[in-house]
Amino acid sequence: MTPIVPITRRTLLGSTAAALPTILAPRRGRAQAAAGIKIGVLNDMSGPYRDISGPVSVACVRQAIEDSGVVAKGIAVDVLVGDHQNKPDVGAGIARQWADRDGVDMIIDVPNSGVALAVAGVAREKDKVYINSNAGTADLTGPACAPTTLHWTYDTWMLAHSTGGAMVKQGGTSWFFITADYAFGHALERDTTAFVKSAGGTVLGSVATPFPGTTDFSSFLLQAQASRAKVIGLCNAGSDTTNCIKQAAEFGVTSGGTKLAGLLVFVSDVHALGLKAAAGLVLTETFYWDLNDRTRAVTKRITAKSDGVVPGMGQAGVYSGALAYLRTVAAMTAPVAKASGAKTVERMKTMTFDDDAFGTSTIRADGRVLHPAYLFEVKTPQESHGAWDYYKLLATIPADQAFRPLTDGGCPLVHA
Amino acid sequence: MFMIFGIPGPLLFGQLLLGLINGAFYALLSLGLAVIFGLLNIINFAHGSLFMMGAFAAWILLEYLGIGYWPALILSPLIIGAFGLLLEKTVISRLYKLDHLYGLLLTFGLSLIIEGLFRNYYGSSGMPYQIPPALSGATDLGFMFMPNYRGWVVVVAVVVCFATWLVIEKTRLGATLRAATENAPMVQAFGVNVPRLVTLTYAAGVALAAFAGVLAAPIYSVNPNMGSNFIIVVFAVVVIGGMGSILGSILTGFMLGVVEGLTKVFYPQGSATVIFVVMVIVLLMRPAGLFGKAA
Repeated sequence: MTPIVPITRRTLLGSTAAALPTILAPRRGRAQAAAGIKIGVLNDMSGPYRDISGPVSVACVRQAIEDSGVVAKGIAVDVLVGDHQNKPDVGAGIARQWADRDGVDMIIDVPNSGVALAVAGVAREKDKVYINSNAGTADLTGPACAPTTLHWTYDTWMLAHSTGGAMVKQGGTSWFFITADYAFGHALERDTTAFVKSAGGTVLGSVATPFPGTTDFSSFLLQAQASRAKVIGLCNAGSDTTNCIKQAAEFGVTSGGTKLAGLLVFVSDVHALGLKAAAGLVLTETFYWDLNDRTRAVTKRITAKSDGVVPGMGQAGVYSGALAYLRTVAAMTAPVAKASGAKTVERMKTMTFDDDAFGTSTIRADGRVLHPAYLFEVKTPQESHGAWDYYKLLATIPADQAFRPLTDGGCPLVHA
Repeated sequence: MFMIFGIPGPLLFGQLLLGLINGAFYALLSLGLAVIFGLLNIINFAHGSLFMMGAFAAWILLEYLGIGYWPALILSPLIIGAFGLLLEKTVISRLYKLDHLYGLLLTFGLSLIIEGLFRNYYGSSGMPYQIPPALSGATDLGFMFMPNYRGWVVVVAVVVCFATWLVIEKTRLGATLRAATENAPMVQAFGVNVPRLVTLTYAAGVALAAFAGVLAAPIYSVNPNMGSNFIIVVFAVVVIGGMGSILGSILTGFMLGVVEGLTKVFYPQGSATVIFVVMVIVLLMRPAGLFGKAA
């Protein structure tokens, strides 16, 4: 008998779902596979991160293929989809199978830092391009960086720096952290603590909440309140964050003057919370659909493929990353790009990309993709003029300041 | 400020109260499970999904028909109860003659299908559902800020639990039900339509789950996973209380809520596990559960 906690629908399905990509993946012979490019979208199709990745990410890849125009140049592109179920072993297994049997050339998306790090190892070993858009850990371009890895959209350092720094500037000098008890939560707490302290603030305490499985955060919120901290830092994601925000309002934590810092909040989380509960929240994203004419235009194209769901930054990063990759393939020719993932990534690092979602992007030696980050505040219900009208822009952090300095990450590639 | 075990007193009182509030949900959910197990001998693994469906029914009523919280509190259990009726008539009733495990597998499969369908249509991050205006706001109790809605949940949970217990233990209907569990052919010989009684009991258990779902909707976001977050804990509550014991599951629900609340202060990392530690200890000392009759 297995222990109680793992008996969820996912564990029971785990073994069956490992076979899922086999069903989803079109079976073709090797000779045919050599003719075109194969992109594998590996993400969460059935769990807590479905709404930040899931089917909308697949729609984004399809839009990128269309916008790249590579098909007209004679390069066929196949898309494979896999559900990693937030399990590193399942994710690595799918990646390995894609590389060995299905001839996948590039793996993209991969939310959940634990899975992301596991897949990075497989991509490096198999010499496949790995564009991570949806995982947080800054280690992907730090100690765990690889010549095949690109980290596209955001990371824990960027979030901590932007949101954390902005909160301290606004007078939030004393902090208490509510941290999801796993790799991502601890990384985010570590990075934010460093910023708060360097900005002259203090950290009064923190509480590690069991992940997954915590639904009621009121107890932790009251502990945070009792510490008399000015800011409660939420080092968690998805429904953990939305539950915290909802319950903080309910227990009068926020009306008592304590501020909440949602260190990783996606537009889909705000959508789930509703503006009444989320109003006033300060957060950082690298993409927002209503930022300018170009983001509105690309969102219009993507929503036509995503049943009207507006993409968040992780999904927009999938679009941007896939587009950049396909442009590189077109420049290198498909057979050369297919021959080596590391060579393709090396080429990408020398190029400058421009797309509707992120504007201009460049890529650094450690695999970090650079573009501006935006500090937003969530609108009140009165300020919002329609569906998905959620953010007002507070500040733009330029690309060269938004991410961790190259030499601070400890990436072996930088010194090599 | 006075201290208890190094924790400020007011904080500890607050945590105790929060524990009771969570306990109210555990009690309400495990009550439905205990009714279904006690009277039908079905381990209803679909209970969490039905709880989730109750919350979704409230959200759908509001979103598409403009029907608010108060009518939903009645309508949603009726709708989901009717769904339960259908479920019992079409599939579950076929398994009464088989081993418990078949019922468990069937209801587990049903819950996977139901959750998958909802996730497919509504995504995984959930839908907002506001606290009704009459219950919004909070009361300052001196040692903590008590949201009015949570107070309401505790009161309603206690009333519903007590009423259910009364019906089953003290009324003629309850007596017939219990008799039907003990010896169905004999009760049938007295002219009682036992299959219909069983169907209605299942529907009532399901309605209780849906009722808890509506109560939970304003506190947690309405999302397809909300049931599976609760169901394992609730099963532990039923096992600790004694399978099928109604009073046992009510008292255990409240008690475990408090135990969990205190763990959140003294060792937060363990708060998701403590209930199972209690379960292990109880099963070692009293295999039939705290309030169960030894087989």
